[in-house]
Amino acid sequence: MAAVEVEKLTKKFGDFTAVDALSFEVAKGEIFGLLGPNGAGKSTLIRMLTTLIPPTSGAARINGFDVTRDPDHVRRAIGVIPQAMTSDLDLTVTENMLIFAKLYGVPRARRERELKELLAAVELSAWADKPVKFLSGGMRRRLEIARGLIHEPKIFFLDEPTTGLDPTSRIAVWEMLMKLKAGRDLTILVTTHYMDEADRLCNRIAIVDHGKLVALDSPLKLKASIPATSFLEVSFSKLPEGWTEQLKGLPDVESVVEHDQVFRIASDNGPRTMTDLMDAAKRAGTEVVSLSVKSTTLDDVFTHYTGRQLRDELQSGKLDIGYMYRKGSGI
Amino acid sequence: MNRILALLERDMRKFFRSPTLMIVSLVLPLVQLVIFGYAFGGKIKNLKVGVVDQDDRLPAIKLREMMQAIAANAKTFETVQYSDMGKALKDLRNGRINGVLNIPPNFSRDVASQTNPKVALIEDNTDEIATSALEGEFASLVGAYNANPVAPRVAAKVTLSVVEIYPYVPYIQFLLPGVIVLSIFVSAMIGGGIIYIDDKARGMHEGYLVTPISKFELISGFTLSGTAKAILTGIVLTVLGSLIAGVPDALDPGRLLRLMLVIVLTSFALISMMFLMMVRVNDPLVPRATFGVLNTLLWFPSGAVYPTAGFPKWMKAYAQADPFTYAVGAFKSLLLKNTGFVAITGDLAFLIIFSALMMLSATLLFRRTL
Repeated sequence: MAAVEVEKLTKKFGDFTAVDALSFEVAKGEIFGLLGPNGAGKSTLIRMLTTLIPPTSGAARINGFDVTRDPDHVRRAIGVIPQAMTSDLDLTVTENMLIFAKLYGVPRARRERELKELLAAVELSAWADKPVKFLSGGMRRRLEIARGLIHEPKIFFLDEPTTGLDPTSRIAVWEMLMKLKAGRDLTILVTTHYMDEADRLCNRIAIVDHGKLVALDSPLKLKASIPATSFLEVSFSKLPEGWTEQLKGLPDVESVVEHDQVFRIASDNGPRTMTDLMDAAKRAGTEVVSLSVKSTTLDDVFTHYTGRQLRDELQSGKLDIGYMYRKGSGI
Repeated sequence: MNRILALLERDMRKFFRSPTLMIVSLVLPLVQLVIFGYAFGGKIKNLKVGVVDQDDRLPAIKLREMMQAIAANAKTFETVQYSDMGKALKDLRNGRINGVLNIPPNFSRDVASQTNPKVALIEDNTDEIATSALEGEFASLVGAYNANPVAPRVAAKVTLSVVEIYPYVPYIQFLLPGVIVLSIFVSAMIGGGIIYIDDKARGMHEGYLVTPISKFELISGFTLSGTAKAILTGIVLTVLGSLIAGVPDALDPGRLLRLMLVIVLTSFALISMMFLMMVRVNDPLVPRATFGVLNTLLWFPSGAVYPTAGFPKWMKAYAQADPFTYAVGAFKSLLLKNTGFVAITGDLAFLIIFSALMMLSATLLFRRTL
């Protein structure tokens, strides 16, 4: 049995389809990444899977329990870190943890043990009695991760857990998450905008756009799935006439985009294209001023599948209740 | 039950850690009681009455002496002598004095001949309360002036003897029940309205909704914590307010017990009402925009500030449906008359039925999803 099973799951808000017949499975113990542009439907999907909003159609089972028919069993099996930081600022770190332990019905003896272990794991033991309002954003996020695990869930949902954190805090959050996962039978489903995080940490990644699943595989296979395997960024001393077209005509070149006299060339064979470029420049009477080659990243995969169009679609007002307090809820 | 208590624990911890919230909930209503109570409650004193005596003979002098006696004792007014009517009227219009008593030139002659002697009181009727006080005092004065110094053997006229069954109730005491109910309402507005919606907007409820807490537990937790804070406010206001207002036997245990029941039922009724009003609201601006008006809509028609007997018909009907009316009524019975349960049974029954209806409606409307 998979940890998460999603079958043709759909959510509509009036005429707007936020999630459109999504189907996928997440295996037990897997770290599953959900990527997509703003407004792609990631948060709506997470909210359906965590019983916060009912699906319009389709089905989803979490740890074998149906989200619609058996929401209480689902809630007992999951831990959730929503996009907004929801720790109580006036309460201490310990009080925040204990109140949620009580809400989850964790027995008193286990409560104390879990509290100590989790706070140690997220390196907040020294701050246990401090009000949350004195913690930094990264510390608050670590607290929320610990809070979400206080009842020993089987599946952990994290909705953009590192958004708004500085790079050091982001790394710390992920290191602690990995440490916590290592000692537990935990499946993680995470949404993020940071491709490097998804690349390094996720076993598999689903790319969602316009509410639909557009790609699903391991990061390695996703990178191999797009036409170009390397990207070259090159600038020249002068630009001969029709230079862009000439570059496009080189062998293995998939695309050429020029911006501010810097050419970004996608190639199926980076080293060979580099040699061809030097030769072509020499023939055309120009010189290569700068040249860098990099392999395909998940950013390229993301752009390939979702395009470069800005997503400024209206969010569903029905869900956007925190507009006064949050930077953006996303659909 | 543990989950309900967890929500209660969270709210109470927050409440006791927020001095601002405690000041707003507990101290400000007391300040309001004192300011309102003394602003409206005092006896009118030291009004200035100009006296233009155009007669200046014995009967007129007797009248002036009686006025000076009032100025010296009751101090409702003090007199300022004028020789010129025009000057007195000018000062009246300029607000230097509150009224002018004109004793006409033929006053003594008319008294002696018993041909309808008259004096005139010219008053600044823009201030109705001061005017009423002056009229009342002068009516007594003229009555005393007319009284026969030797009482007849058989009374010819009917007289009214007024017997007050309760000690004198100053306005601050009259106002106290309304201020207690208002403070409970402010607590309900903050706890059951503003904080509830703010928590929702901050995503706190999202955190609760992903736990296995049931709809009943959520509603009970929210209601219980709101009610607990309102009860606390009610107790503090009742005890301190009674002492400040000088309620006789303020700490009588039997009465305090009955007051406690009224505080609990009032708190529950107002929190239930607030919960129903906010159950589908998501926008944090809504409670803030609504509450100023709600105060007026509920407090003033309840008889807290002015007796409902003085209301027009439609407003009396409105007051009948206002939960404040019954809460204020019950507090008045206990604080001003120290009655038993029988006198407040109707008020308590209304508050119980009202709370049940509000909670039932709120529960039906409450969604356990976003």
